[in-house]
Parts: sequence; C-alpha cells; structure tokens
Amino acid sequence: MTTTTSFAARATGVAARASELSKVYGQGETQVVALDRVSVDFGQGEFTAIMGPSGSGKSTLMHCVAGLDSFSSGSVRIGETELSTLKDKQLTKLRRDKIGFIFQAFNLLPTLTALENITLPMDIAGRKPDKQWLEQVISMVGLAGRLTHRPTELSGGQQQRVAVARALASQPEIIFGDEPTGNLDSRSGAEVLGFLRNSVRELGQTVVMVTHDPVAASYADRVIFLADGRIVDEMLQPTADGVLDRMKHFDAKGRTS
Amino acid sequence: MFRTALRNVLAHKARLLMTVLAVMLGVAFVSGTLVFTDTFGSAYKNKSAKSFDHVSVAITSNGGSGNDDGQEGKQPPRLTNSLLTEAKGLPGAQSVLGSVSGFTALADKDGKLVGGEWGTTGSNYYPGKDGKDPRYDFTEGAAPKTAGDIALDSRTADRTGYKVGDTVRYSTDGPVKQAKVSGVFDTDDGSVIAGGSLVVFDNATALKTLGKSEYDEIDVKAAAGTSETTLKSAVDKILPKDTEAETGASLKAEQDRMIEQNTSSMSQVLLIFAGIALFVGIFIIANTFTMLVAQRTRELALMRAVGASRRQVTRSVLIEAFIVGLIAAVAGFALGIGVAVGLESLMNAGGASLPDGPLVIGPTTIVTALLIGVVVTMLAAWLPGRRAAKIPPVAAMNSVHASPTVRGLVVRNTIGSLIVALGVVMLFMEDNYVMAGGAGVVLVGVIVLTPLLSRPFIAAAGPLLKPFGVTGKLARLNSVRNPRRTASTASALMIGLTLITAMTVVAVSMGSAINKMAADSFKGDYSVSMANFQPLTPKVHDQLAKLPEVEASSALRTTSGEVDGSYSRITGVDPEAFHKLVGLDFTSGSVAGLKGNATLVDKELADDQGLKTGDTVPVEFDDDKTVRLKVAGIYESNEMLSGLFTPTAVVDPHVSKIQDQQVLLKMKGGTSEKAEDAIVTALGDNPAIKIQDKDDISNEVGGAINLMLNMLYGLLAMAILVAVLGVINTLAMSVFERKHEIGMLRAIGLDRAKIKQMVRLESVVISLFGAVLGVGLGLFLGWVAGDSISGTVTTYTMEVPVGRIAVFLAIAAVVGVLAAVWPARSAARLNPLQAIKSE
Repeated sequence: MTTTTSFAARATGVAARASELSKVYGQGETQVVALDRVSVDFGQGEFTAIMGPSGSGKSTLMHCVAGLDSFSSGSVRIGETELSTLKDKQLTKLRRDKIGFIFQAFNLLPTLTALENITLPMDIAGRKPDKQWLEQVISMVGLAGRLTHRPTELSGGQQQRVAVARALASQPEIIFGDEPTGNLDSRSGAEVLGFLRNSVRELGQTVVMVTHDPVAASYADRVIFLADGRIVDEMLQPTADGVLDRMKHFDAKGRTS
Repeated sequence: MFRTALRNVLAHKARLLMTVLAVMLGVAFVSGTLVFTDTFGSAYKNKSAKSFDHVSVAITSNGGSGNDDGQEGKQPPRLTNSLLTEAKGLPGAQSVLGSVSGFTALADKDGKLVGGEWGTTGSNYYPGKDGKDPRYDFTEGAAPKTAGDIALDSRTADRTGYKVGDTVRYSTDGPVKQAKVSGVFDTDDGSVIAGGSLVVFDNATALKTLGKSEYDEIDVKAAAGTSETTLKSAVDKILPKDTEAETGASLKAEQDRMIEQNTSSMSQVLLIFAGIALFVGIFIIANTFTMLVAQRTRELALMRAVGASRRQVTRSVLIEAFIVGLIAAVAGFALGIGVAVGLESLMNAGGASLPDGPLVIGPTTIVTALLIGVVVTMLAAWLPGRRAAKIPPVAAMNSVHASPTVRGLVVRNTIGSLIVALGVVMLFMEDNYVMAGGAGVVLVGVIVLTPLLSRPFIAAAGPLLKPFGVTGKLARLNSVRNPRRTASTASALMIGLTLITAMTVVAVSMGSAINKMAADSFKGDYSVSMANFQPLTPKVHDQLAKLPEVEASSALRTTSGEVDGSYSRITGVDPEAFHKLVGLDFTSGSVAGLKGNATLVDKELADDQGLKTGDTVPVEFDDDKTVRLKVAGIYESNEMLSGLFTPTAVVDPHVSKIQDQQVLLKMKGGTSEKAEDAIVTALGDNPAIKIQDKDDISNEVGGAINLMLNMLYGLLAMAILVAVLGVINTLAMSVFERKHEIGMLRAIGLDRAKIKQMVRLESVVISLFGAVLGVGLGLFLGWVAGDSISGTVTTYTMEVPVGRIAVFLAIAAVVGVLAAVWPARSAARLNPLQAIKSE
C-alpha cells in the first residue's frame, strides 16, 4: 500500500520530496526492505515529525532524503535537485549548501569553540557568514555569553543549542534532525524543540525531525507515521496525547498481526 | 549490532597487523644490528687469527729483530735452518716447520694491488716429512719449488682470474718481480678467509725475498705421547739468545687476548649501534602497545561490565601480547638476519672492503631478539592493560566520544627539564664517555619534554596551514589534541633524525677539516709511499727526481730522536724543494733558514722547551749521538705535520738504514694522467707502491668517515621505517576515535578529498615536528661533539650541511604523506551515517 500525503495548509512549496522511494538491504532470503515505495512531500516552512516504532524505517527515510544514505529505487528531490543521479562529491556539496543537520549525539568538534562550531559549515564552504543573521540565531538560542566556550565546557542542552545554531546559521533550505532531544533531559529538550518551532514560525525555516517521543512530535505541524517501511498514517497539528494514542494503536496492531 | 561487531573485528585485524609489524621491525632492527656487528666483529678478529693445529711449541725471537721496522739494530739471525734441524732432532718432536711471511703485493691483470692493504701477505712453503706443508691444501697444480714459482690462495685466484701457468707480477719491498703460478691452494689462514690475499713461495725464495735471512717462527709438533710442556722444556735447552719458546696452548690464549684487545674499540662502537637499536626498538614496541590498549579501553571496560574480573582483563591483554610478541619476534629475527646481510652488501657496494666471514648468529642475539619481542611487548601491554582494568565498567556505557585525557603535564615537564639539564651538564664535561652519555640523557629528556614542545611548534606551523583553510585548522587542532600521543609519535622520528643529523654534521665538518688540512699542508701534486706503510728505498726518490716531468721533489726521511729528553719525530727533507711541497704555518722564522745544521720545530715542542727562532737545540738521535741544530723557524703542527724538519743530510748519518717514509712530488704541469703514468712507469709499475694525489690523501682519511656515515644511514633508515609505522598507527587510531566527528564533517559538507587532506596535514605536521626537533637536537649535539673534536683537529670548524638537512626534512614530510595514505583513505571512506549512530 502506498500512501500519498497532501500538502500541509501553510506550505507554499515543496522543500523536499520522496517518490516511490525504496531501500532494500541484502538479497534473496535475507532481504530486508527498509523502505517500501514511500512517497512524501515536506513543505517549505513546515515542521514535520517522522514517527514510528524501532525498525519502521523512519531514520532510513530521513537519511535517504537528506542525501546521507543511498536508496534502491525511486527518487528524492531537495528543492529542484534530484538526488539519485548525484555523485558523492555533489551530494556533499548539496548537504553543505542546502541542508542543515542536528544529531542526537550533538556531534560538535571538541577542538573548536561554540562560535567556530556554529560557523563550521560556512567555513567549509569558504563563505562568510551573514553577520546579522548569525547574531539573530545566536541570540535566539541564547548562546551569546558562551561563544568562546568549548563543547566540553557546555551542558548537553547548551551543546545541542550550538548544534541548532549551526544548522540554522547557514540558512539551509531544509534542516534534518535525528532524535535531536534523545540525549537531553525534558527541560533542555523542550528548549531545543522550542527553538526549532520558532525557526519555522518566525524565520520560515523548513524542519524535518525523526523522533519517538510523542511530546517532541507535538511541537511539529505535521506528524507522519511509519511502520514496516511504509507511511501508515499522518496527523496535522498533533498533540502529545493524540500522537501517543496513535502510537499505541500501531503497537497493538503490530503485536496482533 | 552485528555490523559494528564485524567492523570491530576487521578493525582489529588491521590493528593486530600493525602491532605485529611494529614489534617485528623493532626486533629486526635490534637483531639485524646484533648479527651484523657479531659477523663483522668475528670476521675482523678472524683476519688476524691463525690456526695452531700444527704447533705444539713455537720458537720466536723476543728481541728487536731486523724485520719490524728496520730501524733497530742489526742482530745476527737466530731462527735459522740449523736451529730448525736441531729442534727436529729433539726427543718427542715429530715434525718441525719454519714459517716466514711478509708484505707481498700481488698485481691483478690490470696492474692494481689485490686485496686490502691489511691482507696482502707472502709466505713460505715448508715441506714436511711427507713433502707437504700442513698449512696449505693444494687444489690445483703443485707447490712452488723454484724461485720462479708462486702459489696463490684459491680466493685470490678466483678474484683475479689467474690460472696455473699464468705469469704474475708481485713486489715485496723492492722492484717488481715475475713468477709463474705453480698451484692454487685452500687455507684456513684468517686473513685469507677475511678477504686478504696470500701468495706462497718456495722456502729458500721466501727466506730471501721477504727480506729476512731467518724464520719468523719455528713450530715444533710433538710426537704422540709427548705433552706440549715436556716438549717445551726440551726446546728450552736449545734456545739461542733472545729467543723464546711457547706452547701452542699458551700462544692460542695469547692470540685470543691480543685479538680481543685489538678489536675491543671496534666492539665498543658496534655495541653502541646495538644499544641505539635496542633503545629505538623498545621505544617503538612500547609506544605501539600503549596506543593499542588505550584504543581498546572501552572494549576492555565492556568486558568488565559483563562480568570479567580485573585479573581476567589484564590476563587477556597479556596473552594477546605474548602471542603477538612471539610471532613478531620470530619474524623480526628472520628479517633481522636479512637486514644484516643487506647491510653488509650495502657497505661493500659503498666501497668498503669489509673482512668477509660467515654470518654469526650468537645465542645472545637470539635471546635478545626473543626477549625484546616478547618481554617488551608484554610489558608495554601490561602497564596500560592494568590501567584499563582499573577503569570502572561504567566507562563502557559512556557513549560520549573521544574526550582527551587532560592529565597534567606538570610533573612530566619538571622531570624532563631536570633530565635535559643533567644531560647538558654532562655534555660539557671533559670525559668523552660522560659526554656520550650526556647526549643520550639529553635525548631522553627531550623525549619526555616532547608533549610540552608540541604546542608551540604546532602553533608556529599555523601560518603554513592557513592556506588550507578549514582542513588546515582542523589538522592543527587535532595534532595538539592529545599532546602525549603526538609526542610519542614524533619521538620515534626524532630519535632517528637526531642521530642522523649529529653524525652528518660531525662527518661533513670532519671531512672538510681533513680536506682543508690536506690542502693547507700538502702543496705538491703527488705523494708516493708503500701500500703497506713500510718505508721506501731511497732509490725511489732518486728515480723520481730524475723524471723530466718533476719540478720539485723531496723524500720524507722520518726517524725519531729526543729533544732534551722528550721524544720527537725527526723528518729529513730536501730544504730546497720542501717549501714547494709542504705548507707550514710559521709563527716565526721561515724555511729559508733551513740550511746546514738547522731545523724547523713545531710550536708545541718549542713552547715546551722554551725555544725561539735562532736558538740552538741539542737533538739526540736513535744512535745515541747528539747533534746541535739551529732553530730556523717555528710552525703550527697538525695531524699531518709535526716534529722536527731538518735537511736529510743531518739525518742520514744517524739511521741504520736509509729509507723514506714518503716521497713528495710537484709536477711541471700539475696533476694529470700523463704525469701519474710517468711516475708509475718510472717505478716499474709496482703494485706495492701507492701514488696518491691530494684528493686521494683526503679520501684515505675521509673515506672511513663516509663509510661509517653510510652504515649509519642504513641503520637509521630502518629506524625511520619504524617511525613511519608509528605515525600510521597514531593516525589510524586517531581516525578511529574520531569517526563520529569525521562522519559529522562529511554530513555537514566536507567532501572526501578534504577529509583526506585533513588527515594528511595532521600527519605531516606531526612528522615535521619530530623531524625539526630531531634536526635541532642533532645540530646541538653535533656542535657539542665538534667542540671537543676541534681540540684535537685544529682545522675543524662546524659546518651545517644545509642541503642534507633540507633533504632530511623533505623526507620527513614525505614520510608524513606516505604514513597518512591508509588512515586518510579509511577516514574518507567513513559513512556520514556514523555520525548519527550514537551506539
């Protein structure tokens, strides 16, 4: 079964689109289908959460759409760019210029200061950061006083705020987050999610986030649910309770089937 | 989880290989050096060893015999045929053998001298009762019977291509003679085994030709049932004056002792090599294993978490180390033998005529190799293994990636500074051994201080890395991230380069000091002397002086005497030609006054005796006659020129035999092939006579230095190879530790080429750090060593071989790039998804 989801109400365009996207590991008997002909659009200026039980393919979907992982068939577009034909070098450039990332394990460079970490993608690209924008981002995440600190001198929440600023600073077309609150306590997690939502609402950023936390998902504009490599459901303007209910439903279904 | 496990195993394979390689190279380095030094040492000993199989009692003369240097008095021959016959008739004597030998230069087919200068011997063929001489075993032809016969040892025959029946040219100390090859023999003579040449004449010819009318030694072999001591007491009764008898056993013991004594300085030099090898080897092995275990900290903590006891963890590390050490030690030992063989052929290819000999693999070498391989590996594994076992199991759960351990370096830096200070103090002591020790101490101190030094160095390298943008910056930051690791990696390279630089500085400076000395002292074109350093007959000078090509010539007629009780060398020269041939640095007077009973005096002697130009000094010659000589001038002495120079006419009446140490020539057209040919022809194309121009003279001295240097380069190339492994290891580990970071960098847009560049730059920075440190320390040590050399070699000034040092640094950079190939590739291959995986 293939589920095609409609545009979200607020969307003015498509930031990323997967069509008939499949990813298969192995061959023959041992073949594992991680993604089964998934088609999905991520609208511009939209905050989407991808949910699903472990092994549902939610991370794989995000990796493929973000140009981090290869896929077996189908197509992925970031803006106007088709990913399936790109070589590693072009993919790298695409990630550098058009995509921002936030990882569960923060993934900051311990040798660089907070500010250096934030501007790293632009340093790599050899671009000068937009000063005004940078200041706006830094003050939004509340790091102004800690720019010269190294990651080891920051708390987990602060480190992830640096990561959020890093993703935002280069004004990418789309930001992908892989369980961005997975390593944080609930208060720090809420802060980070708040920044992400604000960046969507106030700055018009596009954010796609993988999570298994219903509370985190409730910050999104839209939640899509994956199970067994397929999109099985979608929820607009989600609430934590609503998401939890839906998840329980899948779990029960998964157990009985 | 399975994938990560699999990847771990694969990573282990590479790590294991790396460890085995490092240990193997360490062991190979040590055992190669030991085998080489043993082989070289034993060949060196054997060349002067001879067999005592046929000797029960040997009679030799113990006074000054006429054959030592020809200077001493002429005593009547004692070891004559009649003594031989008398000995033969003694009860208990089974057979006797008279032996005589002396320098005999054999010309090869091109007229050049065969064999090294130390191993060109002629001897006699003394047929025993059975008509055979037990010393020689003829394989072709027959023993020499008449004056026109000569026999060659088989290796010489092989080398020169002479066959039985060929006519060969040879010379003892007089003119060139010819003889027909009567036979070829094998012998156990040590000098021949070591690569010298041996020719044999019939007994009568040998006694005459080798310039003596007596034997060197009469050997008596005891009949069955007669002991050596019994025979000796019988021999003692017939001994003429100034002769003595020794049993074979005591001669053997005496010979062993002499050889040991003569080769002890050689052994010391070789031991120093082995010591350096040992140090570098241990250092590398310890380094590698420390890294390996540190790398596995998490894995070991995991074992603890799932219930392994501390002891089990330590033991597992030890067992692994034992196996790795054993395999690597055996492999390294085999490789080491190859290294030794390679070194020897390398040196022979480099123009050294090393004494040959069978490969000597002593039990010490085997034990050392195994001990180093196994014990050092286990120790190197045990210390960090213990540390690892102490890590709380919870560390395994800690998913936070590589946080550098910032343990204080204060203690380390303090200790390092103290060691360096101690070493520097030792370096400026008078005693040479203390000085050498000081060099080692300084080296150790600097190794301890390397982490401290790494920061400023790498900061200084910052501007060079700037053009590489963000990768340059990341490379710089990564190299200071773990100063200890960077330091230990750089140290391996540093040790090698310190030694290379110091040796090169000294050798190059020494070489040009010698050249300068030769150029300053010798103003003529050619020096003519005997190849065996024996004196020339005055005829040589007479013949050469007559040549139309010769502009000026002078013999150096050297003898000795005493000036006011202190020994001095006295050289008779031609006062007219002397100043054209020899450059003396006069502090007062000049060569102009060297007429009649006059002399030039070196400054040292003049200062000792309070002599001034114009003074008269009494000189007592060896014949106990004293002559009063007027001091015509005082000059600065050096290695080549010292003592008194006086007209030959002053010297001649006081020597027992007129002979010249050297003849110096100045040619009308300077040096040329034609001029050289004229000299060679005038002297009858004599292989025993050595004709050298200025370059030859300095090469003769400098050649030994270059040889030594090449040998060192060979050994140290090995050290550098090992250092490369060290760099690879560090980088591989650093890539492994940082795979999350690298994955993240890939994810946010650093492409593969840039990742590679980053790793490569880090490698080059670390390598250059080691190299610069090594070169700096080497220059310092070279300077200190030069300081003590310049005390004895007056023309010595320190020269910095800028070109070579640039080459060393370039090599270090290349080492960095090469070492990074594999780690950089594996870093570039990392999937960006690694960044997102947090388990």
